[in-house]
Amino acid sequence: MTPPNETSASIQTSGAAGIDAASQEKQRRLAWRSTLQAIGMLPVLIILGVVFELMSGRFMSFQNLSIVMQQASINTVLAAGMTFVILTGGIDLSVGSILAAAAMVAILGSLIPEWGMLGIPAALLAGLVFGLLNGALIAFAKLPPFIVTLGSLTAVRGIARLIGGDTTQFNPQLPFAFIGNGTLFGLPWLVWIAFAVVIISWFILRRTVLGVHIYAVGGNPDAARLTGIKVWAVLLFVYAFSGLAAGLGGVMSAARLFAANGLQLGQSYELDAIAAVILGGTSFVGGIGSIWGTLIGALIIAILTNGLILVGVSDIWQFIIKGLVIIGAVALDRYRLQGSART
Amino acid sequence: MTGSAPVLEMNGISKTFPGVKALTDVSLTVYPGEIHALMGENGAGKSTLMKILSGAYQADAGGEIRINGKPVAIDGPLTARHHGISIIYQELSLAPNLSVAENMLLGREHKSGPMVDRGSMEKACRAVLERLGVGFKATTKVNELSMAERQLVEIARALIANSRILVMDEPTTSLSSRETEAMFALVRQLRSEGLAIIYISHRMAEIYELADRVSVLRDGSYVGTLVADEISAERLVQMMVGRDLSSFYKKEHDAHQSRGPVMFAVRNMSDGRRVHPCSFDLHEGEVLGIAGLVGAGRTELARLIYGADPRTSGEVFLQGKHLSIQRPEDAINSGVVYLTEDRKHLGLFLDLTVRENVNVSVLGRDARMGGVLNLKSAKERATAAIKALAIRVAGDGVLVGSLSGGNQQKVLLSRLLETKPKVLILDEPTRGVDIGAKSEIYRLIDELAKRGVGVIVISSELPEVVGICDRVLVMREGRIEGEVGGAGHPPVTQENIITIATGVREAAE
Repeated sequence: MTPPNETSASIQTSGAAGIDAASQEKQRRLAWRSTLQAIGMLPVLIILGVVFELMSGRFMSFQNLSIVMQQASINTVLAAGMTFVILTGGIDLSVGSILAAAAMVAILGSLIPEWGMLGIPAALLAGLVFGLLNGALIAFAKLPPFIVTLGSLTAVRGIARLIGGDTTQFNPQLPFAFIGNGTLFGLPWLVWIAFAVVIISWFILRRTVLGVHIYAVGGNPDAARLTGIKVWAVLLFVYAFSGLAAGLGGVMSAARLFAANGLQLGQSYELDAIAAVILGGTSFVGGIGSIWGTLIGALIIAILTNGLILVGVSDIWQFIIKGLVIIGAVALDRYRLQGSART
Repeated sequence: MTGSAPVLEMNGISKTFPGVKALTDVSLTVYPGEIHALMGENGAGKSTLMKILSGAYQADAGGEIRINGKPVAIDGPLTARHHGISIIYQELSLAPNLSVAENMLLGREHKSGPMVDRGSMEKACRAVLERLGVGFKATTKVNELSMAERQLVEIARALIANSRILVMDEPTTSLSSRETEAMFALVRQLRSEGLAIIYISHRMAEIYELADRVSVLRDGSYVGTLVADEISAERLVQMMVGRDLSSFYKKEHDAHQSRGPVMFAVRNMSDGRRVHPCSFDLHEGEVLGIAGLVGAGRTELARLIYGADPRTSGEVFLQGKHLSIQRPEDAINSGVVYLTEDRKHLGLFLDLTVRENVNVSVLGRDARMGGVLNLKSAKERATAAIKALAIRVAGDGVLVGSLSGGNQQKVLLSRLLETKPKVLILDEPTRGVDIGAKSEIYRLIDELAKRGVGVIVISSELPEVVGICDRVLVMREGRIEGEVGGAGHPPVTQENIITIATGVREAAE
């Protein structure tokens, strides 16, 4: 046994050195990977900004950037709610319809004499209730999220038309019109609201027990259950939060337009929200992603829309270019992170 | 055997991955008609070496591979196959929707003109299957076969390709004892037919039983080769880990606790299907084993106790108090925790960090203001756990998915320990864990028992059960068939457990 013992001593030292080098290498790779993930789509955002500035010469002005952020605000709010849902491995297709119904509730509420401000809580409540219904069907009846929210996409759209009597409802004396059109410290209220929603989302996801549970449920639902996490409560929460965000989006939208229309408002908003989340690097199967990524994703979509208009691209080509940029950006992201994929 | 010329010589094989040297100057010589075991801890380089042999990786320049004395360049899986090398991986590589014959001849289908000649394929396969003495047909669909039978298909595939070197990577991991015996018989038959078999296994008992020679790798280097009559557990472990085995199964807690006060009692636990009413007591500070063949209902019983699956009957008492366990969280809150046998799918959150994985069960207890994370205590807990369990990781912010099996298991264990459990149910606590981590886990179990925790260990590894348990319940077909080690019962030995687990005793009576 002596010869192997002797070799073992020498091997151990070299082996230990090898492990050290290996773990350092691994650490470096992990650090590099987390930097890449943190930056995410930021380079794409900056490149788009620079390109549009070079092409139009008007993009980078404070006024235009403020408009871009304002245009991004409603989608950012919807996408924040969507981020929670997609992090659990689900999807919420109903946010556009909920936004329309909530906007309708907000306008109708604002028409109550003396108590017009009630339109805001009423709209938020409407969004929350629709979200809770989605969540209850998914958490308790264990129906697939795609099916449930596809159903509510249609049903809530109908409700939005129903409560408005299938007409456009106006309120020229909207008591909360400042939300849609006023500014605070030089920035539109809509932008402040969107930013607040992002901050709250970040806090919930990164600084609360619930946040860790959301990532856990998305990453491994079976393990989450065995770990004692109340999976039903997490699912109920994320769909309720997404509904609430859509309700807030309804208020913002109503405040901007002084009006709501059950048929047209919020059409296909869910797709923009999903696009923002995916552009932001959140995994479609759940468990991986961040709210900052979603913010960047929403800004990319808004910049594309704004920039293409500034450059004078026709409406039809805007659609085509937007779609291709979304696919291209995500493909780039995948390609970039390929080497560091988890085994 | 040693008189004939070696069929395979690998000399001076090195393999460098970016930043890591996985293999350093490794040599391996294999003769026809021998079972050559390859051992080493996880990460020692066994898989890398075999991947080089099979053409999945290219070795660094400088080494050479000789087949029947002739140097060959293996630049891909096809070349390897051409040289008569077949590998049977842990994760089987069969197409479940195809028949046995189609799988055996995948990529080398017999043709008549442009058409597949099924008749000739099945005839060729039948000959091989008969030689192996299997109980299924060439036309059977693979998804109708058991795990053990699927492995036979893999072996048949290697035989029909006229392989002379067969690499088997932990072939018995998913087999029951009976299937394992059949597998051994088959491996011996192949040896007598002149095949060279490279057999990778963590299980010491298999090495004793099968191997003609054992080569050991450690940290990517060749340590040495033993021939059959030199093989002993002490020597092998010493070669693998570079230290000795005297303290491998350490039992410092008072083994007579089995006669102490009952702390945890299970009565008539049943799900009406796979578990028939089971009752047992667990004493304070006792390590109670639950043994039995795969499929005997051990995991199912544990999950029922833990509230993970619905039960049709059964009650649980802790320190005399009746526990109402409907869901896992009820069990955790009462101090009863369960370590899953399938840590990747049912245990860990691979995309979360070590810190989050360690803390996930106690986040609520530590939280401030009803739900705000206590980052400081989470950090402290994780740092302490890494130190206490010697988890090899750069920091608590590392994703769990990037750790080795042994370290992942330690992370999962420390998650359970953070809840301060009174009763710990460990399901295959050392599965897929290297030998160093194994001994650390045994020491931990011993330590917990010393502190008065009741530990239930479900394990398929009999030496482990015998080595660490004070008393063992043996399950068969969903029932607790017998007990060894307690007062008035036979002593804890592998023979006594096997006798009950296989029903031999019943047959004798």
